[in-house]
Amino acid sequence: MESVVEHLLPRLKEITGFIYPNEIELHWSILVVVYPYITGLVAGAFILASLVKVFKVKEVQPTYRLSLLTALAFLLVAPLPLLAHLGHPEKSFEIFLTPNKQSAMAMFGFVYAWYLMAVLLLEIWFDYRRDIILWAQEETGPRKWLHKVLSLFSSDISERAVRFDRKAVQAVTIIGIPSAFLLHGYVGFIFGSVKANPWWSSVLMPIVFLFSAIVSGIALVLLIYMIATPMRSKQIDMDCLDKLAGFLFYAMIVDFSLETLDFIHRIYESEESIEILSELVSGKLFVSLVVIQLLIGMIVPLVAIALVKLFRTPAELRRLLYFVSALLVQVGIFSTRWNVVIGGQLFSKSLRGLTAYKMSIVGVEGLLVSIAILVLPFLILLALFKILPPWKEARHEFGPPTGSG
Amino acid sequence: MNQAAKIENRKRYGRRSFVKKLLFAVASLLVPRFLAASDKLKEAPVWILAGAYNPNEHYWGMGIDISKCIGCGRCVEACKVENQVPRDPFFFRTWVERYRIMEGGEVAVDSPNGAIKSFGNDREEKDIVRSFFVPKLCNHCDTPPCVQVCPVGATFKSPDGVILVDAEYCIGCRYCIQACPYGARFLHPETRTAEKCTFCYHRISKGLAPACVEACPTQARVFGELRKKASPLQRFLRMNKVGILKPSLNTEPKVYYADLDMEVN
Repeated sequence: MESVVEHLLPRLKEITGFIYPNEIELHWSILVVVYPYITGLVAGAFILASLVKVFKVKEVQPTYRLSLLTALAFLLVAPLPLLAHLGHPEKSFEIFLTPNKQSAMAMFGFVYAWYLMAVLLLEIWFDYRRDIILWAQEETGPRKWLHKVLSLFSSDISERAVRFDRKAVQAVTIIGIPSAFLLHGYVGFIFGSVKANPWWSSVLMPIVFLFSAIVSGIALVLLIYMIATPMRSKQIDMDCLDKLAGFLFYAMIVDFSLETLDFIHRIYESEESIEILSELVSGKLFVSLVVIQLLIGMIVPLVAIALVKLFRTPAELRRLLYFVSALLVQVGIFSTRWNVVIGGQLFSKSLRGLTAYKMSIVGVEGLLVSIAILVLPFLILLALFKILPPWKEARHEFGPPTGSG
Repeated sequence: MNQAAKIENRKRYGRRSFVKKLLFAVASLLVPRFLAASDKLKEAPVWILAGAYNPNEHYWGMGIDISKCIGCGRCVEACKVENQVPRDPFFFRTWVERYRIMEGGEVAVDSPNGAIKSFGNDREEKDIVRSFFVPKLCNHCDTPPCVQVCPVGATFKSPDGVILVDAEYCIGCRYCIQACPYGARFLHPETRTAEKCTFCYHRISKGLAPACVEACPTQARVFGELRKKASPLQRFLRMNKVGILKPSLNTEPKVYYADLDMEVN
């Protein structure tokens, strides 16, 4: 209790105007910024994977399994920030046992479980099944058993069985796209449906969340692909990279348009809250919203990719620009989440004043924990690379098994 | 044992019936147990009745006469004491706001420490055109957004219209705090669960008035029944032109203000 009070006392001095006395404590901290950022990456990476299977975009095939594993690694971590943020994490299972059917948040467990179990794990399993069986045949020791268990002791790799696998992947992907939309659109709805908060309350929120998710997911897979490939001393497939950057570009255009629409709509309607929101945007949110989210995270990468598309540029330069753009996009999207979650709590619901947020460094809701939560998926991903290598050379082409593994 | 008894026995304890029962038992695990705190509440009248209070027979609300409030802050103090609200200036179940309309149209609003020690004067009196005090508390909305968003049903509307929090169910996600348009909720720093005004439920269920109403020296707060004609609150609503806070949000507050100024939100 002491720590809460000690943390809040200095905030009193940073208030401008009038806020309700209970509003000094900012309730959803950096952890709640991390949560939609992570689910966005999951949804985005999955939608990228779907491009290969459903829309048959051949060029991005090298990133197909990579995207799936990325989505899985981040999905496994997604509940952590929420759990860490709860006042009573030990009671979190109540969400499953006694859900309030009217609550958007109560649906989290079900949406999450559905997405993990019915979509992601199924798709990965069907896609890898034949390879896992073949790997298990070649391997010895614990790896053999690991793969045997992962294949759920199935052993049928006849053409019929593999054909069924492929059909299953196709079916799961088709269910998966709306599910990915659901997963992240739902996170947007959690904010968009709070009528008490004019910064959040917008029907566009789930859609803006979705497109920013696609943007961040594609950019992340692009980054991982660009880092992992040279590390395995392999050549980056430029066709794939160009295509990824192309998708990134178009997704950003849609995202940018939606956000601009939201912005214009707010200004044009000029509701009661416009004054305090303008004060917020031109003051406390200026750096994170206008400079980082809009300029560095959106306009600079857009221009960079557009230039690459317009002019004939050497592969070396393209790689550099793509890499930097994707990195900036990540910063921008994180900033987007920040501006929604933290920004939405920086003004008083009395619409008469602004409060302040001071991120703590240590402590459960602090910076260090957030960084740890953001690093964790990459460690999981490394482990997944070892267990289920997504690379082309690990794949068994049809015919007799070759020696690689 | 004769043949018929054997068959009967097998029917009851045989493999087939065992498998059947097993299947039912396993299947029952898959049925989500939709038993929320609000469901549990249906049993509440039984145990509350034991204390001679039946929530189904009441529907509570509050009237606040702004012109009567002198901003002394006695209600804030009474509430903190009665409900063991943390003394720090960040946690309030009720507080008082002061509105001063200044020369030139500026509106100065403040509520230092919730006005628990009343207000000081930091403005030239001649510059103030008009001023008044507005006590605030949970509006016990009839369509409460906080109840809607609670993921576990820990906060609920009691049959007597009072919005309560079951601290045993509350997981401390704070969605209800975000959803409340009036800033009436806070997270208790010790229990880490959501807290708010209960109309002093422990008092009203014994036939007493809430602590803030009891402490008010000017009777600016009127507590009573909304559905009984012969209630002081009904009289308050008949005799005054009343308003509610943030009507556009359609939360249907049950705290009514007489003489509400357009500056108040």
